[in-house]
Amino acid sequence: MHPDLPRPAPGPVEAPFWEWCRRHELRLQRCSDCGTFRFHPRPRCHACTSAAADWTPVAGTGTVASYTVLYPPVLPAFADRVPYNAVVVQLDEGPFMVSNLLGVDNEDLEVGMRVAVTFVDVDDEYALPQFRPVGAEAA
Amino acid sequence: MSAPDRIDVVSGRSAIAGIGETVYGKNLGRSELDLACEAIVAACADAGFPVQEVDGIVSYHIEQVSEEAIVHALGLENCSFMARTTSGGGGAASVVGLAAVAVASGQAESVIAFRARNRSKGASYGGDPNQGGRPWEKAGRAVSGGNQWHHPFGVASPTHEMALIARRHMALFGTTAEQFGTQSVAQRFHASHNPRAIMRTPITLDDWHNARMIADPIRLVDCSLENDGATAILVTTPERARDLPQPPVTVLAQAMGAGPIHVALADYFRTSSSFDERDFAGRHIARQLFARAGCTPADVDVAAIFDHFTMAVPLSLEQYGFCGLGEGGPMIESGATRWPDGALPVNTHGGSNGEGFIHGANHVPEAVRQIRGTSTCQVAGAEVALVTGAISDPAGAVLLGRG
Repeated sequence: MHPDLPRPAPGPVEAPFWEWCRRHELRLQRCSDCGTFRFHPRPRCHACTSAAADWTPVAGTGTVASYTVLYPPVLPAFADRVPYNAVVVQLDEGPFMVSNLLGVDNEDLEVGMRVAVTFVDVDDEYALPQFRPVGAEAA
Repeated sequence: MSAPDRIDVVSGRSAIAGIGETVYGKNLGRSELDLACEAIVAACADAGFPVQEVDGIVSYHIEQVSEEAIVHALGLENCSFMARTTSGGGGAASVVGLAAVAVASGQAESVIAFRARNRSKGASYGGDPNQGGRPWEKAGRAVSGGNQWHHPFGVASPTHEMALIARRHMALFGTTAEQFGTQSVAQRFHASHNPRAIMRTPITLDDWHNARMIADPIRLVDCSLENDGATAILVTTPERARDLPQPPVTVLAQAMGAGPIHVALADYFRTSSSFDERDFAGRHIARQLFARAGCTPADVDVAAIFDHFTMAVPLSLEQYGFCGLGEGGPMIESGATRWPDGALPVNTHGGSNGEGFIHGANHVPEAVRQIRGTSTCQVAGAEVALVTGAISDPAGAVLLGRG
C-alpha cells in the first residue's frame, strides 16, 4: 500500500458511515422526521432542518450519473494507477456519491450504467465503497 | 426570489478608478506581499490617486497577504473597512462587489480589492496549503471534512470535479468536448493580442485535440495556468472618480448567491443533477444582478467569465441567461464568444488559460479596459461588461458600465 494513500479521518457526524463500510454495509443518514436521505453526512436535514437521523441501510444499487478518467497530475498515492476512472453514482434512494467503478475498461464507461456497491478492504480498519456494473458478476 | 421592496443603495453608486497588475509569470521569485504591494501601488497610480488615502481593503478568504501586512507595508493609516469574500474563485468578482457595498454605504471612500498568488509549481512562500503549488496535493494522508468523500477514490483536484460536471452536461445535453476546446482556442487567440499574456502563441482545434488529457474530457489547454502574480482594483465614489484622470467605470450592480443548493468539490450533485437552479448559484445571482442594474443579458457587450477550466464558460453562459439550458456548447461552437465577430466576446484578455490565473481577479481589469475602450481585443462601443466568479461555488458577479 502506498504510504500516502488517503484515509478518512472523520468527525463524529461522519464516523458511522465509515464504520458501517468497515462492516461491508452501505448505510446513509435518513431524517427521522421527514424521511429524506442525505449524503454526505451532515448535522441537519437539508429538507426540514431536523437534527434527528437514523443510519439506514440502502440497497447499494444506483446509476452512473457521470464519470471521468484521470491522468497526471493526480495524488501521489494514485500515480501508479493512471489512467483510472472516477464516477458519480446516484443511489436509488436519491443521494449522489463519488466512487470508482471496478471491472470496467475505461472506454466502456457510460452515463446511465446500472451499478451495485462492493466493499474493498483497504486494511482491518477501513473499507472503501466502490461499485461494479450490475450483472458483471455473471459475465 | 426578488425583493423589489428593498432599497438598493449600492447599484450605480461606486466606480472603478484604477487597475493595477504585476507581470504574470512562472516562478517570479517574489513574495505574495511584494506582488500585492506592486499591484496596489499600480492601481493607485493608474487612478492618479494617493496610495495613503486608501481607506478599505477587500480580498479573497484564502488570500495569504493579511490586511495588517498591507496596512503596514503601504502606511494606510486611514483604513476603516476590511472584509473578505467567500468560497475561493466563487468570490472572484465579489471583491469588487464587496468594495462597492463599502463605498456606496459610506463605510469607506476608496477601497482596494486585490488578489496575490504564488501558485507556480516551484514557488513556495510560507507553509499554508494555499501558498505555492497545488493545495490539493498537500491534503496529506488523513483526510477530513469534504476531502474524505473523494480523496480516497483518487478524486482530488478541481480538474477532477469539473470533469465530472462536464461529462454530466455532455450526457444530458449533447455538449461536446470540442465545444470546450473551441473556447480554449478563442481565448488563446485573444491572448495572442495581449502583451501581458503568459501564453501568446495561438492554438488551433487540432492543437487542442493533440493536447494531453488531464481529466477526461478536460485537456491541458482547457486548464487555467499555474502562475504567480497579483491584481488590484481601486473602487471609489462616483464623485471622486469623476475628478480622477481615468474615465470612471461604474459598478452598475453586484450580486452574490449560494443558490438554493450549491455544488462544491465534496458535494457534486447533492440532490439533483439537472443543471437547473437547484444545482447552481448562477441563476439566482443573475436574477438579482440584472434586476438591480435594470438591464438584461442582451444588454451585455462583453463578458469576463471565471474559467478555471474552459467548460465553465458554457455552463456560465447558460446560468447567466445568455442562452438556454444545454445551449452553451452550441453557442460557443457558433463563434459567439470569439472576438471580434462574436456577439458576446468572452475573456478578451485571454482568460485563465491564456493571460494567466490570478484566481479570476485579472478578469476585472479586462472588463474595465473594455469599458474604457483600451482592450487589446476591444469590443467596439462596449458599454456593459459582466464579470463572474466560479460557477461551482457560492459565488458572485458584477456588472460594470460607463460612468
